[in-house]
Amino acid sequence: MAKRSTISKSAPWIGAAVLAVLGLVTAGPAYAILGALSGFVIGWLVFWIAERRYRDAVPSYYTAGQTLWHYAFRVICGGIFVFLITPILVVMPLSFNAEDFFTFTPEMLAFDPEGYSLKHYRDFFSNSDWQNAVRNSIQIAPMATLLSVSFGTLAAIGLSQPHVPFRRAIMAILISPMIVPLIISAAGMYFFYSRIGLQGTYLGVVLAHAALGIPFVIITVTATLVGFDNSLTRAAANMGASPVRTFFKVQMPLILPGVISGGLFAFITSFDEVVVVLFVGSAGQKTLPWQMFTGLREQISPTILAVATLLVVISVLLLMTLELLRRRSERLRGMSPG
Amino acid sequence: MKLTKTLLASTALTVAGASAFADGHMANEMTIVSWGGAYSKSQQLAYHDPYMEKTGVSIINDESSAEAVSKLRAMNEAGNVTWDVVDVVAADALRLCDEGLAMEIDADEVLANGDDGSTATEDFGELLVGDCFIPQIVYSTTFGYRTDMVGDTPPTDVCAVFDTETYPGKRALEKRSINNMEWALICDGVAKDEVYDVLETEEGQQQALDKLATIKDDVIWWSAGADTPQLLADGEIVMGSTYNGRLFSVIEEQNQPVAMLWDAQIFDLDGWIIPTGLSPERQARALDYVRFATDTQRLADQAKYISYGPARKSSAPLVGQHAELGIEMAPHMPTDPENAKNTFLYNYEFWADYRDDIEAKFQAWLAQ
Repeated sequence: MAKRSTISKSAPWIGAAVLAVLGLVTAGPAYAILGALSGFVIGWLVFWIAERRYRDAVPSYYTAGQTLWHYAFRVICGGIFVFLITPILVVMPLSFNAEDFFTFTPEMLAFDPEGYSLKHYRDFFSNSDWQNAVRNSIQIAPMATLLSVSFGTLAAIGLSQPHVPFRRAIMAILISPMIVPLIISAAGMYFFYSRIGLQGTYLGVVLAHAALGIPFVIITVTATLVGFDNSLTRAAANMGASPVRTFFKVQMPLILPGVISGGLFAFITSFDEVVVVLFVGSAGQKTLPWQMFTGLREQISPTILAVATLLVVISVLLLMTLELLRRRSERLRGMSPG
Repeated sequence: MKLTKTLLASTALTVAGASAFADGHMANEMTIVSWGGAYSKSQQLAYHDPYMEKTGVSIINDESSAEAVSKLRAMNEAGNVTWDVVDVVAADALRLCDEGLAMEIDADEVLANGDDGSTATEDFGELLVGDCFIPQIVYSTTFGYRTDMVGDTPPTDVCAVFDTETYPGKRALEKRSINNMEWALICDGVAKDEVYDVLETEEGQQQALDKLATIKDDVIWWSAGADTPQLLADGEIVMGSTYNGRLFSVIEEQNQPVAMLWDAQIFDLDGWIIPTGLSPERQARALDYVRFATDTQRLADQAKYISYGPARKSSAPLVGQHAELGIEMAPHMPTDPENAKNTFLYNYEFWADYRDDIEAKFQAWLAQ
């Protein structure tokens, strides 16, 4: 690696300072930060190109084309990442808006504390509509997940037995909720559930969501069952274990990863679902996505953004916990964390 | 064989359990359907909260008024009406009444007398349109404009909407023919009392669409009442139409640089209907609620929270100050003489006859 000159080391900071002052003078504090960031990047980039430092990271035998592709690839990946993550990030500052609109106010851009407030979070925690929606979602999603996981796992095990007749046809029927447009299933469920008195009840929504979740469980569990060695169950039977005991002691622990990821999908399906619950539920089963949907349509209130921010934070925490647990169990098993 | 029996038995048990659950669930709850937003909030404070306190019934809000007609049709078809009281505009009430989806109401029997001793029929007067509709408020669809985007000459005339030279910038109009066609004709030189005669004819409809075409490139079409307030607050548009209560909230409660353009505001009515197909107990409770929620004091109370005019004549003197801001509400009512210098009443008969036809033309024109 070539030794870097002092000027090239300080260039990013100089660029940042110049553009920050420029931004502050012409447009205000928000633009000063924007200016500082872009000045830093520009200052760094100029010397990075001028000193041919882009050669440092690639093997010396690379042609110009290969070097270009090396960086183009990274830029494309970064672009995709930005494209995916920006819509999620942009709502976060807006959720602290002091106004009741989806707008960056001049006060917010000037970093005036007056422009920010927690009132939308307060509204979320004090408004009975939102609290009911949270309660409903928390009551519906786990029950639906439990049902989908139990039925889905049983179905997957049954369907992976070679002697079951019409396996493909049954599989296709069970997976159909995933393939048929949701609105069709929803309308069908509405009329069917109305006739048997399930429309507008807690049980009805749970059953509908379970039906939507089952395909995910079947697919993930079937995939793990492909690698399952059936001689293990025969060995267990040989030692006198009943089929139920064999299932819980031998088969279940081995296919658990598939069951858990299927359950996770089923949970998210129920937790995020808005179309079916609009049909099958009544206002008493208003879930979070339903409340967000009506909120967006009838009253464009930043409370929705506050809820979205909370949900993002919860999902990140959940995924981090899962990952930490996974690493811990791998460490305990003596494997190195992947 | 054994498996089949077990399956059948468990299915039967599930269904029985489910219906028992469903009945128990309905016992002391009623579902009231409305529009959401500031409007639902005003109903919550003026009607629902005192009613729940008085009777112990718990009220669930469903913000589905926008698709009330189609949902009620589906509920009726499925034989499972889950709504107890529904807030709809008068035109929807007339449609629901014609289709037998809304219960016929004898106003004097069902509704309370006015505080001044007048009967309900006298008190509501000509606002009792159709046989099923229980009027609640008078609202208007009118324009609001950004005060900081119109220069030194704020618009005073509805035709400013079509004047893109003096007032450059985007405008928001509702994505439907009603109201827009009337405004277009007025601004194309048709006299106010001839608007509907002209609009009956093919040429008249074309004339209105041609006038709208002059600003088509500058229009953002809205479909929810909250759109225009959001666009005004963003400064995306220079002016836009919406319900006057929404504009009141933007101006007085949110302190945005927006002002009202009351010229050629179009009055419409909003109120309750009770769906047909309710069990006798639910119907009795719905009637009890409606009687409570439309008495003189309650209607006047709603005006404390939102700037819509109460439908009863006897409520007008009781309209006071805004509950939180403490400002007088009367000057913000669409019916205030200052605001109502030039108004239009939504023509129910005309739109009942021509709605499907003109709406189809309008949507086809939009898609061009």
